[in-house]
Amino acid sequence: MKIVHSWLNEIAAVGDDVDKIAATMTDLGMAVEEIVHVGATVDGVITARVVRTERHPDAAKVHRVYVDAGDGRERHVWCGAFNMKAGDIVPLATPGTAMPDGRVIEPKPILGIESDGMLCSAQELRLGDDHTGIVILPSGTPLGQPYGEALGLQAETVYDLDVTRNLPDCFGYLGVARQLAARLGVPLSVPSATPIATPGAPTLQATVELVDGDRCARFTSTVISGVRVGPSPDWMAHRLAAAGMRSINNVVDVSNYVMLELNQPNHAYDLETLGGGGFRVRVAVDGETLTTLDGVERTLTADDLLICDATDTPIGIGGIMGGLESEISDTTTTIALEIAWFEPISIAKTATRLGLRSEASLRFDRGVDPQGMPMAIARFVELLRLTNPDLVVHDGMVDAQSPHLPVPPVIDVRIARVNALLGTSLTSTEVRTLIAGLGFESTGDETLSVTVPSWRPDCTAEVDIIEEVARQFGYSNVGKTVPKSAMHGRLSPVQARRRRLRDVLLGLGLNEAMPNPFLADDDLLRAGLAGPALRIVNSLVADESVLRTSLRPGLLKAIEFNESHRRRGVGLFEIGHVYPPGDGELPNEFEQLGVVLAGRDAMAAMSVWREVAAAMGFGARVDQNIVPAGLHPTRSATLSLGRDAIGAVGEVHPDVLDAYNIDERVAVLELDLSVLLATDAKVPMWKPTSRFPSSDLDLAFTTPESVIAEKVEKAIKQAAGALLVDLALFDVYRGAGLPEGTRSLAYRLRLQALDRTLADTELTELRDKIVAGVAKLGATLR
Amino acid sequence: MIEEVKRARDAALTRIADASTADEVRALEAELLGKRGPFATFKTGLGSLETVDDKRAAGQAVNEATTAVSERSADRRRELAASERTVQLAAERLDLTEVMSRPGRGHAHVVTQAWERLEDVFIGLGFQVAEGPDVETDWYNFEALNLPPDHPARSMHDTFYVEHGAPGSTVLRTHTSPVQIRVMQSIPPPIYMIMPGRVFRNETTDATHLAVFHQLEGLVIDRGITLADLAGTIDAFTKAFFGAEFGSRLRPSYFPFTEPSAEFDIQTPSGQWLELGGCGMVHPNVLRAGGLDPEEWSGFAFGFGIDRMAKERHTIGDVREMYSNDLRFVEQF
Repeated sequence: MKIVHSWLNEIAAVGDDVDKIAATMTDLGMAVEEIVHVGATVDGVITARVVRTERHPDAAKVHRVYVDAGDGRERHVWCGAFNMKAGDIVPLATPGTAMPDGRVIEPKPILGIESDGMLCSAQELRLGDDHTGIVILPSGTPLGQPYGEALGLQAETVYDLDVTRNLPDCFGYLGVARQLAARLGVPLSVPSATPIATPGAPTLQATVELVDGDRCARFTSTVISGVRVGPSPDWMAHRLAAAGMRSINNVVDVSNYVMLELNQPNHAYDLETLGGGGFRVRVAVDGETLTTLDGVERTLTADDLLICDATDTPIGIGGIMGGLESEISDTTTTIALEIAWFEPISIAKTATRLGLRSEASLRFDRGVDPQGMPMAIARFVELLRLTNPDLVVHDGMVDAQSPHLPVPPVIDVRIARVNALLGTSLTSTEVRTLIAGLGFESTGDETLSVTVPSWRPDCTAEVDIIEEVARQFGYSNVGKTVPKSAMHGRLSPVQARRRRLRDVLLGLGLNEAMPNPFLADDDLLRAGLAGPALRIVNSLVADESVLRTSLRPGLLKAIEFNESHRRRGVGLFEIGHVYPPGDGELPNEFEQLGVVLAGRDAMAAMSVWREVAAAMGFGARVDQNIVPAGLHPTRSATLSLGRDAIGAVGEVHPDVLDAYNIDERVAVLELDLSVLLATDAKVPMWKPTSRFPSSDLDLAFTTPESVIAEKVEKAIKQAAGALLVDLALFDVYRGAGLPEGTRSLAYRLRLQALDRTLADTELTELRDKIVAGVAKLGATLR
Repeated sequence: MIEEVKRARDAALTRIADASTADEVRALEAELLGKRGPFATFKTGLGSLETVDDKRAAGQAVNEATTAVSERSADRRRELAASERTVQLAAERLDLTEVMSRPGRGHAHVVTQAWERLEDVFIGLGFQVAEGPDVETDWYNFEALNLPPDHPARSMHDTFYVEHGAPGSTVLRTHTSPVQIRVMQSIPPPIYMIMPGRVFRNETTDATHLAVFHQLEGLVIDRGITLADLAGTIDAFTKAFFGAEFGSRLRPSYFPFTEPSAEFDIQTPSGQWLELGGCGMVHPNVLRAGGLDPEEWSGFAFGFGIDRMAKERHTIGDVREMYSNDLRFVEQF
């Protein structure tokens, strides 16, 4: 919302301290995003006539322009624009001029020839965005004068406000002025709303038929004759331009001026072209079309409201935009002025569906003052009379209303509640004074009975009034206290374990990745992961049309990306949510850990799993009989807890690597953290350490490939019993000297008793027992 | 005999002096002073001497010789050991800058780092941390937050809808605020919680906007919580997170789920104001949706972007790079 300072100052006497006014507006909740100074004339830039232009043989991009600034002296200027001809009047920045962009004009020589100033483009003078040519001023402009006069410039300050939707009236100057006047304690000049029919004027009526009164609850029509369409007064054109609206003609400009000033969008129709000489307000028939003012043909539905003429021909979309055919023309002499109230939610829906947000819809969708029509009509007439002193306002104004017109509520506001919510100690009188300036009338003491002004439809409950009290009192005056937390600050056990897990992974040299949780349709298939995924109904791009059910596709993409940038052997992890579909109220979203190690094999993944398991107290069965989807069939295993699969470990299937163009092995570890992080790590219980010496035993077994090492270890443990305090696989050998289909597994056992030194005989017996135990698996001592 | 002892002593001392390593000296000590060494033999031979005087004189000579040999050998051994250690130390020299490059500790994601720093500050202020699902029902994401289906402010949220359940019933949460409702429903007040998490907005990404990013939400519900408490908590956070020389302010704004609502700005030591996030007193309708009586409990909520904190702290020019998983980016932080 652009607020022009002089216009605002006319309604509320806010003074000229721009920074203070801006700070006050921000403090009132209308954040000033920018303060722009428009129309200022740059000192030192004067009008001059082009005498002649001349090319220089050695200068391709500039030419020489000779100008006369009215003092009879011919001045020479180098110029890079070629749009002027002899006789044109142009702005000349004389040497020493400080331009708006900070440059100071100097007689900088080109090819040794000095320039006696600079000719200016619109952009250089901050008149507009055009920087391609020099500004050509109207012919007849006197020479040697400040150029601003010739252009009719007036210096003006414009505040660009961010107005929130709970200040609907502040989409008009009056609302902004009212907030400021109340806060600053300065007078507010509200325009008059006295009836304006010209005495003795004949009755001339534009009839109104409200068919759908729930959608349009008030529709006024006023007939004004004796209108001559022509230009607006300069001051009005300047203000509208500063507020971001092009001046069109006196009627359209007054219409816009009233909308901006009083937050009452309105529309002037040519009564002579208004079919049947009246209005009919109804919802559209599905498929009905109308070409709006912007030249676009709109197809409507039964949810959209139409303004039709009395013959039922649509002439505008109610509250949003008029039709192309209903515009007034240069020859219009009698107008029918519409000022109406439309139901906000429907306006918002239609505007959204049509993608058509107009100045009118913006205001109607937040709610305009249902009682503001008389003032708006009076103001319209007052302003139009400035260019049409003889206009006639006819008797017979129509004010059609339906029972759906909102009635401002009366709300109970408890002073104790105000103070309890704000942390203030305001008295009843202070509260009443704070809101009175905004038009909230109140009676009562401990509990106020507050009548909401009709221009504040956002206020429907006690807390809305309390917010207005706080706004006027000033948030910065409320004070700062810190409540004493009754909780002790901490992470939950799951959150603490998640941090520890991340720390372990970082310690293993892995980098944390955060790939996009959206996947393309075929990403899961490419990663060898079958199964359904949740679709996004309204995705932005095809690459992001489903939600991931695994972290793997994203991590593989990250490897692919880094490989393409000559980073091989990348190790990444992600702790993130995956979203498999489910039958519940919500999908089966859960947290997963994904680890990928490029250039490493399944044993590296196992080693990460063992590190993580040891550090976190995780436990799971490594079951190589169940190959997880998308992984290498002979180098992968499912991690199981009871009957549930809680993870996967191994290598990515070579087919998948081909699909991703990854030309090194990729080891994978995946864990379901919703299970693992939720489980408390077992508290280690003390075991006594022995004071007696230990003995080491190295045993190598020739073991069939069909027997997994885990089984050999189990057999050793079982046979050795409690005396075995440590067991480590230290060598695996395949090759010469071993029978086909076997390998040698070499273990080091540390044996120790709590109560004695183990005797040699005891050790020999134990060794025989272990060898016998392992032999049952078909493994023999080497 | 005394002469023999002296000769043996002199011979021993010569051999000790001639020894060139500490180990050699140790071997000589064992040979000369051991049970079978010459001085032990002399001691045994004392018994065969005639007179007591002879015995005493010879005994004294043997003792003196033993002591002399033992002392000299110990000296020689220390001397040799010291010079050997000196040689060893010189030979063991390492150039500690000959560091072979090898992978070091990994890098946590830049957003994770900001996330954890924020959590730690709020934990210090007495907050706990709650979490909720990314995929939410329309009710939790909007309706419970005082955004009924036709509420125009819904258009402030560009929402991703998920094909799950009835059409339009399931969304990717547009903010972390639904966790407020889940917290109110699951634990009785007093509540001092923060709720960090991933959020989704259906908008085109650019250097400053992401469709998927992270927010941190705060919720306090207790008896007698006021707007002043909100302002004070924001200020305490600002000073704890950014530094004691930073300031903060609230200014009125609009959010459907809070009233009064505010934007909160922080002021840098140079006096510049930066908009940081939104906040306000929890709207009575939101308390009701969470199962709480607004006459008994009041509270405030606040929220801001975590990614933005990382962006500002590290002066990251393009937020999209944070999610590129490009190691050249990841390893900078």
